[in-house]
Amino acid sequence: MTTTSLPEPVIGREPQAREALNAAALRKQVRSEATALSALSLPGLLLIGAIALAPIAWLFWLSFRGKSGFTLEHYERLLHPAYILTLQTTFELSFLVTAICIALGYPLAYLISQVGPRLATMLMLLVLFPVWTSLLVRCYAWLVLLQRRGVVNTWLQDMGLIEAPLRLMHNFTGTAIGMVHIMLPFMVLPLYATMRSINRDYMRAAANLGASPVRAFWQVFVPLSLPGLFAGIIIVFVLCLGFYVTPALLGGGRVMMWSMQIERNVTYHSDWGAASALGVVLLAMTLGIIWGVGRLIGFDRIIGGR
Amino acid sequence: MKAETGVSTAISLPISVRSVTKTYGSFAALDDVSLEIASGEFITLLGPSGSGKTTLLMVLAGFIRPDSGGVRFGDRDVSLVAPHKRDVGMVFQNYALFPHMTVAGNVGYPLRLRGVGKAEVNARVHKVLELVQLGEHSTRNIDQLSGGQRQRVALARAIVFEPRILLMDEPLSALDKKLREQMQIEVRHLHKRLGMTTVYVTHDQREALTMSDRVAVIDKGRFRQIGKPRDIYDRPDSRFIAEFIGESHFVPVSVRGGTAYYRECPLELPEPPRHASRQQFLIVRPERLKLVSNGGGDGFNVFDGTAREVVYQGESTLLYVDLPDGIELAIRLPATSAGPTLPQPGAPVRLGLPACDAILVPGEGAS
Repeated sequence: MTTTSLPEPVIGREPQAREALNAAALRKQVRSEATALSALSLPGLLLIGAIALAPIAWLFWLSFRGKSGFTLEHYERLLHPAYILTLQTTFELSFLVTAICIALGYPLAYLISQVGPRLATMLMLLVLFPVWTSLLVRCYAWLVLLQRRGVVNTWLQDMGLIEAPLRLMHNFTGTAIGMVHIMLPFMVLPLYATMRSINRDYMRAAANLGASPVRAFWQVFVPLSLPGLFAGIIIVFVLCLGFYVTPALLGGGRVMMWSMQIERNVTYHSDWGAASALGVVLLAMTLGIIWGVGRLIGFDRIIGGR
Repeated sequence: MKAETGVSTAISLPISVRSVTKTYGSFAALDDVSLEIASGEFITLLGPSGSGKTTLLMVLAGFIRPDSGGVRFGDRDVSLVAPHKRDVGMVFQNYALFPHMTVAGNVGYPLRLRGVGKAEVNARVHKVLELVQLGEHSTRNIDQLSGGQRQRVALARAIVFEPRILLMDEPLSALDKKLREQMQIEVRHLHKRLGMTTVYVTHDQREALTMSDRVAVIDKGRFRQIGKPRDIYDRPDSRFIAEFIGESHFVPVSVRGGTAYYRECPLELPEPPRHASRQQFLIVRPERLKLVSNGGGDGFNVFDGTAREVVYQGESTLLYVDLPDGIELAIRLPATSAGPTLPQPGAPVRLGLPACDAILVPGEGAS
């Protein structure tokens, strides 16, 4: 048990080697690890190239191709008032749905982030549950609820709030209701992730420095939750821009979205050139929005959720 | 009246904690705790983790509502006052600096909340940042600062609005040893200069002894001893205190008729035993022991034993000694006397404890 009489450690001295000890072998290890990593990611990269990048390039090419070679006619046609109106509807609906998702999703995410872990898990399950059911089923469910003699109208009439049934579907209102329902989880998830990571001490510090709960919320909590909010806005808005199923079903053909114009050009007119031009414009707008928001607050903050 | 400079003077307030109790289920974080803190005093709450020291600080700040009990700042009963109306400065363990504000934004925040004009905010922020030696960093973001700089910003933010009471929750625990010791001195100087009543929470006994006017040792939700650092170290009330603060070994003694006996030899004590119980312990701190030559030992309580192990610690060497009845003692020998003169393991050793350092504490269980 004595610690005083440990033997002197013997430190061996290599004779002067030309190459530093093990340097070549260690370099080789680094190289082989890098090779292994690229080999692992290669199938994924090939797949993305084959099913995503190649079709996009193909679309791009098609959109500039007419009966006699290169043409801009597909893009010129997009200036027609019908397309402008569609574009306007698409943006109006996307803005409205995103705004409602913020108004509904922010308080909900805040609530979930503040309650105990068990209740939070339960509430999150409730938020996620719709995502796990079929999109189509949810849309038809809304048709049942919102139709002229549907559940909502019957209730409102029974309570005496309205005289005649409201027109709740096959119009802008119904489309917005259905889209908000589909999109809400995509707003709540990033918001909740960000809010949960906000240390409680920030709010305590604000209170300690003299901020009332309301001021602390607006001046400290809300700014710290912005990365999650922007992530939610981007996801919801971009998904809305290209949304097809819900507007087609709940809009009943009366609400014309950009995506539905694409579908029309392909199914009714078999005009791949026009459809491609529409697709390219939608892609460009989407990338433009993501780029703009990214420049505004920085991608690392959105993705990192800081 | 507020002082004109922003940091030159602060008026302090006494704190009175009366019968505060806080339980979580069956666990008593604070068990009927009372404490009077004088105006301008620097008091440290010292205790192991889970002792209730942070809970008490949170009660003072208003973040934790006690089950019962009262808190007064001066004449003002703040027991039911919300945290943002208490006007106390606080330095958090993780600093809690707002990442979306610059250094100046953080430090100016409490002033802006109080409706101070823009020009005056700037002047006072500048002044207090000078005070913590961060004058040229005011436009930096928080994530551009080192740990020590963040600590200073947190301190600046806590004192810029001239609170009369400053609460600090293990503010130096995230710093490395050198910086921590430097900041201990700086915080101490700052307190001398500004004079606000300061309640400091730490689990580091050396930090508590270094910084405080008084130390309140807390364990299992109750105060075990409250006193000046020197009294706490030199005259601990209980075996717990002697074990928790500094290094101690304990020799069981029996007390009869005002005299303590170790193996039937009477001990020389500086004063008659303070407690009545028969079974008590003599506290033996390694640095108070001397090596005594055979025959010598006047004015010492002498213990004969066998050297067991030598531990080299740089500035000193620790020698562990077994007494014949299996009791372990240790003696700290300054580095100058280390080397060939050290007793080898197995050698007989005679240790002397000066009579003035012979302090008795009652056996655990006795009050």
